[in-house]
Amino acid sequence: MIKRNTLSASLFMLLSMGLHTAASAEAPDLATGMLVNTCVACHGPSGSSHGPAIPSIAGMSHDTFMNAMTTYKSDERKETIMNRIAKGYSEADFEVMAAYFAKQEFVRFPQETDSKKAKAGAKLHKQHCENCHADNGFTDEDGSSILAGQWLPYLEASLSDFSKKEREMPKKMADAMKAVMKKGGEASLEQLAHFYASQTKKP
Amino acid sequence: MSTLNRRQFLKASAGLAAVSAVGMPYLSHADSKGGHVVIIGGGAGGTIVAKYLRKADPSIQVTLVEKNADYYTCFMSNEVLGGDRTIDSLKFGYDALAKQGVEIVTEEATAIDPTAKTVTTSGGKTLKYDRLVVSPGISLVYEGIEGYSKEVAEKIPHAWKAGAQTTLLRGQLEAMKDGGVVIVTSPPNPYRCPPGPYERVSQIAHYLKKHKPKSKVLLLDAKDSFPKQGLFIQGWTKLYGYGTDKSLIQWLPAAEQGKVVRVDASDMSVYAGDLEDKHTADVINVIPPQKAGKIAIDSGLTDATGWCPVDKRTFESTLHKDVYVIGDAAITEMPKSAYSANSQAKVCVAAIVTSLQGKEMIEPSYVNTCYSIVGEDYGISVAAIFKYKEGALASVEGAGGVTPSDASADHLRREVLYAHSWFKNITVDMFS
Repeated sequence: MIKRNTLSASLFMLLSMGLHTAASAEAPDLATGMLVNTCVACHGPSGSSHGPAIPSIAGMSHDTFMNAMTTYKSDERKETIMNRIAKGYSEADFEVMAAYFAKQEFVRFPQETDSKKAKAGAKLHKQHCENCHADNGFTDEDGSSILAGQWLPYLEASLSDFSKKEREMPKKMADAMKAVMKKGGEASLEQLAHFYASQTKKP
Repeated sequence: MSTLNRRQFLKASAGLAAVSAVGMPYLSHADSKGGHVVIIGGGAGGTIVAKYLRKADPSIQVTLVEKNADYYTCFMSNEVLGGDRTIDSLKFGYDALAKQGVEIVTEEATAIDPTAKTVTTSGGKTLKYDRLVVSPGISLVYEGIEGYSKEVAEKIPHAWKAGAQTTLLRGQLEAMKDGGVVIVTSPPNPYRCPPGPYERVSQIAHYLKKHKPKSKVLLLDAKDSFPKQGLFIQGWTKLYGYGTDKSLIQWLPAAEQGKVVRVDASDMSVYAGDLEDKHTADVINVIPPQKAGKIAIDSGLTDATGWCPVDKRTFESTLHKDVYVIGDAAITEMPKSAYSANSQAKVCVAAIVTSLQGKEMIEPSYVNTCYSIVGEDYGISVAAIFKYKEGALASVEGAGGVTPSDASADHLRREVLYAHSWFKNITVDMFS
């Protein structure tokens, strides 16, 4: 019995090691890697960021990615450094990157959120955001981005940019943002950010 | 799948066994199917080569030779001097790389024989390689400044390799009285981390402003200009009164007798310029001139400049076949930064994998991103994307560049947050 336990334990170790290796060894082909690996030193392994100000881009839909990079390149969307970086790559480069990151799993690392704020944020989400940000923000559809489990500081910065109209958004979202701001002001943006950041399991 | 797992597992165990046999000379054969790659130096370049080679082709046997069991990143070490970061937050180890099947040899590489294709180590090992990657960083040219030496550096630190030297300089800053003078000397080009001395001066001023506001930091420079100069001066003006008689920072460029020629540790003085003006201080930080890491010099990988010429498409040395040099030690158009080393390592991996598999090298892509933290909520950055063109690395026109000079306070604040997240992700890339 003991022996069997030991055996299964080591088997388990062997298996999980194998799985671990397999997962981390799931390398893209060399040409794809050449491009996407220029991104990951900042955006984290396979696009899942460990640094809370830099967003995870793993699992981002092809269209969301293309939209982000082309609008950075044209300066229609402003960020501190991405405009300067996007200008270094071609549309064909973006396509390779988009295809790769769309296939990666969005890994959610633990982060602290305020449950009270998150609860209030859940209400706001249901009222104003749910129509486009399906599954509590888990699904990236029509450029909605993955919000669930995204880093809190990044969500806060993004919401702030939208609310100050420093970042372009669809009319529907602008209306929703206006309604949210009118009722609760900046505090409600914080609540929404805490709600999305706290989402770790798909509903 | 299970065979592969087993093989990887066995290889990993073999690696562990070899590491535990410390001091026992052995000849590591290049008997693995995919070839044996030896890497010298476990920093921003070497760790990435090790990890990405294993990812790209698990049949390649990878050995990383690094003398230190613990690695302290040089990047972000200025924040330790400024007091906002602990030295322990810069400390990393090689366990995760070992788990990915990289054989870690915690010894110093003492010689390279490019004909026999072997590396010998301080523990008496002889490692036979198919391809060798040399990523040794820099060596400090102490003799470039009269009176300076490795011994003197125990009193007048360089702190240009992070770890004990960083802690020493931080301790001196803490022990200094309010009203004291700190001298930092900046070296001639080229050297590791071009904006580094200026970020350092900023971080020291950041500390003085909070804790010793009657003090000042004098920057003696071997050059007349430096990277992100306009942005640094803007930040110094805003945060530290630069340009006024109450400024926490004073900069003496070479044209104003700023170039250090001699130090005298006995009376804590520095002599600078053609006229050898004497400056005394309570704390002196000499950042000496630099060249490629010692092993690169000793094994004939450097040219007359003291740095290593390489084929910039592959990073193969132009002096020794099957030896690749990346990072600070290599001569390229990229700045000597951690991100450059990271990017070069990834190009080098593609070059080695294709060469071992007898394939054509793919089109390389290179990037550099570098942050400097000027003070509280005040970060600036530079970025560049490079393409290989006719033997040189050309930065893509219209791309890259520095933080705009009219950046808002919120923009500058975010650059600090991005800098810290950048640090997190690049160290995960290296050590996880």
